[in-house]
Formats: sequence, structure tokens, C-alpha cells
Amino acid sequence: MAQAHTTHDGSHGSYQSYIIGFVLAVVLTVASFAAVMTHALAPGMALAALGVLAVVQIVVHLVFFLHLNTSNEQSWNLMCFIFAAASVVIIVGGTLFIMHDTAINMMSR
Amino acid sequence: MLGKLSLSAIPFDVPILVGTFLGVAVIGLAVLGAVTYFGKWGYLWREWLTTVDHKRLAVMYIILAIVMLFRGFADAIMMRTQLALAYAGNPGYLPPHHYDQIFSAHGTIMIFFMAMAFMTGLLNLVVPLQIGARDVAFPFLNSLSFYMTLVGALLINISLFIGEFAQCGWLVYPPLSEMQFSPGVGVDYYIWAVQISGVGTLLTGVNFFTTIVKMRAPGMGWMQMPVFTWTAFCTTVLIMASFPVLTVTLALLSLDRYLGMHFFTNDAGGNVMLYLSMIWTWGHPEVYILVIPAFGVFSEVTSTFSRKPLFGYNTMVYATCSIMVLSFVVWVHHFFTMGAGANVNTFFGIMTMVIAVPTGVKIFNWLFTMYKGRVEFTAPMYWTIGFMITFSIGGMTGVMMAMPAADWILHNSLFLIAHFHNVIIGGVYFGYIAGMGFWFPKAFGFKLNEAWGKRAFWCWFVGFYLAFVPLYVLGLEGMTRRMNHYDNPDWRPWLLIAEAGAVVIALGIVCQLTQLYVSIRDRNLPENLDLTGDPWGGRTLEWSISSPPPAYNFAVIPDIHGLDTFHTEKQLGRRAHNKPLEPIHMPKNTAAGALIGAFSFILGFGAIWYIWWMAGLGLIGIVVTMILRSANRDVDYYVPVSEIEHNEEVYSRRIAAAQAAE
Amino acid sequence: MAHEATMSPLAHADDHGHDHHHETPNVFGFWLYLMTDCILFGSIFAAFAVLRNQFAGGPSGKELFDLTNVGIETAILLFSSITYGFASLNALAKNKTMVLVWLAITFVLGLSFVGLEVSEFSHMIAEGNGPDRSAFLSAFFTLVGTHGLHVTCGLIWMAVLMVQMMGPQDLSQRMMDKLTCLSLFWHFLDIVWICVFSFVYLAGVM
Repeated sequence: MAQAHTTHDGSHGSYQSYIIGFVLAVVLTVASFAAVMTHALAPGMALAALGVLAVVQIVVHLVFFLHLNTSNEQSWNLMCFIFAAASVVIIVGGTLFIMHDTAINMMSR
Repeated sequence: MLGKLSLSAIPFDVPILVGTFLGVAVIGLAVLGAVTYFGKWGYLWREWLTTVDHKRLAVMYIILAIVMLFRGFADAIMMRTQLALAYAGNPGYLPPHHYDQIFSAHGTIMIFFMAMAFMTGLLNLVVPLQIGARDVAFPFLNSLSFYMTLVGALLINISLFIGEFAQCGWLVYPPLSEMQFSPGVGVDYYIWAVQISGVGTLLTGVNFFTTIVKMRAPGMGWMQMPVFTWTAFCTTVLIMASFPVLTVTLALLSLDRYLGMHFFTNDAGGNVMLYLSMIWTWGHPEVYILVIPAFGVFSEVTSTFSRKPLFGYNTMVYATCSIMVLSFVVWVHHFFTMGAGANVNTFFGIMTMVIAVPTGVKIFNWLFTMYKGRVEFTAPMYWTIGFMITFSIGGMTGVMMAMPAADWILHNSLFLIAHFHNVIIGGVYFGYIAGMGFWFPKAFGFKLNEAWGKRAFWCWFVGFYLAFVPLYVLGLEGMTRRMNHYDNPDWRPWLLIAEAGAVVIALGIVCQLTQLYVSIRDRNLPENLDLTGDPWGGRTLEWSISSPPPAYNFAVIPDIHGLDTFHTEKQLGRRAHNKPLEPIHMPKNTAAGALIGAFSFILGFGAIWYIWWMAGLGLIGIVVTMILRSANRDVDYYVPVSEIEHNEEVYSRRIAAAQAAE
Repeated sequence: MAHEATMSPLAHADDHGHDHHHETPNVFGFWLYLMTDCILFGSIFAAFAVLRNQFAGGPSGKELFDLTNVGIETAILLFSSITYGFASLNALAKNKTMVLVWLAITFVLGLSFVGLEVSEFSHMIAEGNGPDRSAFLSAFFTLVGTHGLHVTCGLIWMAVLMVQMMGPQDLSQRMMDKLTCLSLFWHFLDIVWICVFSFVYLAGVM
């Protein structure tokens, strides 16, 4: 049983994949900082850009560093991640929805 | 040196507490003395306290739950008695300071240390057996989870005798729970007890989810899984999704209290309503964490004792899963009156009502399972039928309160108290007791006494209605919860009836204790012994092995061909397997869980009393124990084939003896 | 055979069945823990989002945040991610010396990240802008501090693994599992940091 589960090149990445991931991450990070520091975008647009860039960069990290993919081996990991992400969306979105609505309704802001 | 701790923290001036302390001390010394007298310390330590066996942990969880039930019930009957007395000129016997601690402790103990411990105990006992596994995925973490729960329970009970407990309800709402209004250690006891046991629960969630996903017997697909395992699965998902929110919420409250931050304070931009939203983001899924496994128990009990497969297995699974998802988007119904606008309240009100649909599906599934079945009215079946009636009523009052407009009238009244006791006693408690009666022979090898079980049921059932229907009426008459004294003559008769109900429930608990005593006394009578391992004519895998099962559960991992394979094979007359036996790889017992538990206790107690050296010691102890454990390579052993053969032989002889007796 | 045992010897699990998982239950269990951690951070982000404008007369992010510092911290974490990746690749190739070298580099990077964060925090506290100044600052310190605390735990864990690897555990299957778990943890903290620099720092100075 000892070595039943070890090397699976596809799911552990390679120097090449790490470097591709790294370059993509650097580009996306720089883009985020630039979007804010250059003041090129209006605040609303900049916030939207930050959101999009963050989501893309999270996907890049998941794929290239955490080796998450759609293979059979990873199906449970992926499903759990999707469920967790959905929970986070419900928690953050729900909290903001409730607290914002309350603030408006109670004229507390 | 000792932080806030001094002799004045010990309540010598409260006779009730001194009496309780003496009682606990006498019982405690008697137990310790008995263990010493019979020379059982070594046995207790080697076989139980250091065990990683899921079945033994299950027993310890359930013992903890029953002890906590006594504590929680003592609180309950004290509250009822206070309200039966404290009318008009009579202040009752509990001053507000004490009364407020009692209602806070009652809720906290019943939910976190009675219900959660009982639920985890049932999961531990049943899930690995039902899926054909030899233990859970992480046996050591399982033992650690138990000790975390135990330490939480210890801390909360120590608050009786050293210091005080929280006086702001079982969810310690700020700003009342902030330093400004609760400068004592009561809220800190609450925070640390719940945080430590919460870590244990989270680990249990991860552990059982992994077990169910990765360790099912070959051939057991998702739709071949027993219903109880399905409900356990949904519960673990909810645990993993909601307990981190509880951890964060209480951590933010403790940062407010310990470091002067401003999350939930009245000043400096803090937002009290954020606490409500966050705590109920956990709190609502929590009630489903408790009740979903109870639904699983009812499914197993109904189909076994109706001698029929469960009606609508698929719809039962889908209903459970939809309840799981929906329970995560209804939390505002706990605070409709907070001041959110119509959009928020409408959305969450409708989602709440929607939950009634899958729950109704389940009720009909159980009814149709019984329909035209040859129903055997055992004690677990009594609890199940009692549940169907009681839970339906509780569900309907729940839908009433799901209407925000109605909730504005009923919020924080005794109507609400009646509602949630209606679903928690009628759903959760009845379910766990049915489960305990159902699986008791599996854990110990003999059945519980039926007559006393039925007496206990009738006392609980009648007592419940006597105690809580008056509360519905009182709620509609405008009586709010957590009152210590009242002047309204219209309320008094109802409160006296409720007190009578509490006494009847007390009789129910006495019957349950008697049931345990009588069952243990008569365990060797032939009609009580479970020689075959299948006392009820069960359908699922746990009944295919001896009672109690060997440490490794299954000599050979069974092959699964469909739902209720064990039952099908029994019908076909095929029970024996002919696979060759192999040595079984098992985890060794370890003291690491108990040690980490002990250090967590030191950490928690030190932090509660601001004894920082002690808290630091606890923290370092936890980290060092974990590191040492991770370096330990002597964590497993092999059960030799000869031992397995021997056990199997004994089991076959017992089956033969049972068949001869028939 | 026995010395290759993992923490859960019962995990014979899925050498059967229709879908083949080659990953051990240890790694899967740890992944689940990370998912719960994800929800933990999500809750703190929710609290931060609600309290982000509650300055209570105190300073706002615009006045407090030094984006150069944040940029350096981000760069350090990104580099540490790829150096940990190289350690993982060497572990697969059973090249223990190089694993230790890359882990040591990762450790130093992580330590300097924590150092930068501590100096940022102590600077803010020294100027009277500590976590008790306003709800916004409470949420800021808690969110960023929780991430920092995770990084610190990761560093302790890394040190322990390096010591254990030099001992009898070597690069056993159990050690490989531990390295994989820590790698998931380390890369996961990077993902949390993406959200921190985007929604706390960058959005805070706009």
C-alpha cells in the first residue's frame, strides 16, 4: 500500500507552471495597484476593476499554485471550494444587504 | 498573580450554590472513590480516556450529554418554580442577578453541551458502522474533538462555583455583554466555553465529512447510503459552513472586551446590529445541525419498525439537502424587529416559509412508510410518533412567526419560547432519545427496558404539552421572555400549569434513569441480550456485525450492491462472507487528545480570570503537544488474523446459540 | 510497510470504487479545514465591509495606508509562494537538500512579511491609531492581524517540518502529506492576501 499514491505530474505542477502562474499573478497585482495609484479610473470604476482583477488572480492562484482542476481526482476539492465560495458570497452579501437596508431604514448613516 | 481571581469570587453567600456544590462534590467523590476502590483507573485510562475508537467516544459523548441534560433541566425547573412563585407581592426565591444567569446557562448548556454532544455521540456511534468503515478518517482528531467539548462543558459548570455566568441570554447580545455593562467574568466564561467546544465541533465536521466522502464500503454510491448517514453528511456540511462564523463573532466580541475594540460597542462607530446578523448567520444553521440527524434517526426507526423500506428514499435525500441549503438563507427571521426594511424582511420571511415544504415532505414520507406496514410499537417508535405530532405543531407556529408582521407581535414573547421548545424538544430531543434506544444494543450488547422507556415517553410527551402550551397562551397575552417577576393575575394560572408540566417532565427523566438502571441490572436476561447483533431486524450495515462490535468493526469490508444490502442479503439467506481475512491496520490509543484538552482548559481558565501566565502556559502546552504528536511515529498497529478469527468464531457461536434459543 | 503509515491508518479508502482519488484523506481533510478558514475570513471581511466607514472622527485608510509598504509585502508573499512551489517540486523529486533550501528561503520571506506587518502596526499604534480608536480600525487590525497570525502559524509549522525532515521522518509518505498540507495553507494565505490588498488597502485609499 505504501506507494499507492505519490507522483501525479498533472496535479503537482512543474517549474514551468509555477513560473507562468507567478508572472500572471505579478501582472494582475501590478494592474490592481496601477488602477488605484495612477488615478486613471473613477473611484466606482476602479473598485469594479479591483473586484474583477482580484477574482481573476484568485483563479490564477487556485489553478497554478493550489493545482485545483476539474479532473476526477480533484472533483471533491473543487466542489467543496465552490460550496465554500458560495457560502462566503451568502455571508458577505447577506450581511451587507441586511446592514445596508437597516441603516437606510433606521436613518442611522 | 491570580488576575481577577480572589476568594470573593466564590459564592458562599448563595445557599443554592453551596448546596449544589456539596451535592456535586459528594457525587464526584463517590465516583472517584468507586473507581479507586475497584482499581479501575488503569482500565479507565487505557480503554476509555485515551481511546480513539469512535464507538467509545460515542458513549462518552452521550454520557456527557445526559449529565448536561440534568444540569440544563435543573436550570429549567428552577425558572419555572420562580415564575410559579414570583407573583405580585412575592419576589420568588431567585434574585434577578441569579435568575439571569440561570436562563443564560440553561440555553447555552442545552444547545452546546446537551444537544451538540448527543448529536456528535450518535454520529460517532453510527456513521462509520453504516458505511462499512473501520473508524473515522481522523481517529485522533475525533478524540481531540471530544475533549474540546468536555472542556467547554467543564468551564461552564465551574462558573457555578467560581465567579458567575453570563447574565445576558444564551447568545450574549451586545451591548449588554460588552465590558461597559458586564464587567464580570460571566461573559468570558461563555466566550471561552463556547469557543473551545466550537473548535471541537468544527473538527468533528471535517472528520465526518471526510469519512463519509472517502471511506464508504466498495459499491456504496451516494444513493445507496443509509438515510442517517445522509443526514449526518448534511449536518457536517452545515457545521463547516457555519461554525467559523460563530468563531469570528465571538472572537470579535472578545476583542471588544479584552482589547477595547469597537465592533459592537455603542460608541466609536461600533454596530450592535452587526452582532445580531453574524451570530444568527451561525445560529440558524445550528438548529438544523441539531435537527437534521434527528430526522435521520426517525427515518431509520420508522422503516425498521414498520418492516418496510423507507417511503420515498430519494425525496427524503433531496428534502434533506434542500433544508440544508435553505437553512443558510433565513437567519434574519430571528431579528425581524431589528429595523431592517421591507425588502430584507420579506425575502427572509419567504425563505423561512419555504423550509416548511421539504420538512412537510419528510413528515409525509414517514407517514407513508408506516402506512400498511406491520408497525411494531417499541419505545423508539413511540418517540417517533410523538415527534411527528409535536414537530408538526411546532413547525406551524414557526411558519406563523415567519411572517414579519406577526413576528412584530410575537417577537421575544413566551410564544417564541414555546415555539422553539416545541421543535427542539419535540424534534431534536425525541429524536436523540429514539436513536439512543435504537442503537443502545449495538453499543452495549443488550436492549433498553421497553416498559420504562414507554413510561419515560408518556411523561415527556404529556409534560411537554403541559409545560409549553401555556407558554403559547402567555405569549399571546403579552408576557415577554426572561421575566423574573410579574403582576398580571391572568398569567398566573398558566404559569402554574407550566410548572406542573415541568414536574411531569422531571418524572420522565426519572423514568429514563430507572430505565438505564433496570436495563443494566437485567442485561443478562435472555430476552434482553443481543447475541445476533441484529436485535430489531435492521436494514443497514451496522446490524451485520456483533454487538458490541470489535474495535475494527468489520472483519471484512462488505461489498455493497444497493440500498439496504444487508437486508436484501438476509432475505436471500446469504449472510456469511467468504473473503480471506487479512491483518487490519488500526490506530493506537493516545493521550494527546486528553493532554491538549487539559491545556485548553488551562488556557481558557487563565484567560477568563486574566491570569496571563496561566493562559500562556496553556497555549504553549497545546502547541508543544501538537508538535510532539506530529513527531510520534508509533501511532498504529496491526490486528493479527488469529485475533480476528477468534472474534469471528465467538460471534458465530453466539448467533448459533441465539438460533437454537428460537 | 508499517513505517509508511499516515496519521490515519484506516484510510485504506478509495483504492476501489468508480472514481479514483489518489490523494490521501489527510490532504482532503486539510483542504476541508481550509474551506472553513475561507468562511472564517469571509466573516471577518463581512464585518470589515460593514464597519469600513466608521471612522468615529479618527483617521481613514487614505491617511493611514502606505501603499509602497503594501506593495513590498505583496511582492514578498508572491515570491514566497513560488519558492514554496519549488520546495514542493523538489520534494516530489526526493531531493531533500533542495527542499530544505527552498523552505528556508520561504521561511525568511515569510518572516520578513510578518516583520513588515508588525512594524506597520506598531507605527500606527504609536501614533494613537490603534485598534481601539474606531470601529474601522478595529476591523482593519483584526482582519489584517488574523492573516498575519495565520502566516505566523505557517512559519512555526514550516520550522517544525524542516526539523522533522532532518530526523527519522525524512521524506516519508506522511511527511509528503504534511508538506502538501502546508503548501495548500501557504498558497491559500496568498489568496486571502489578494482580497486584503484589493479590498482593504487599495479600496481604502480611493
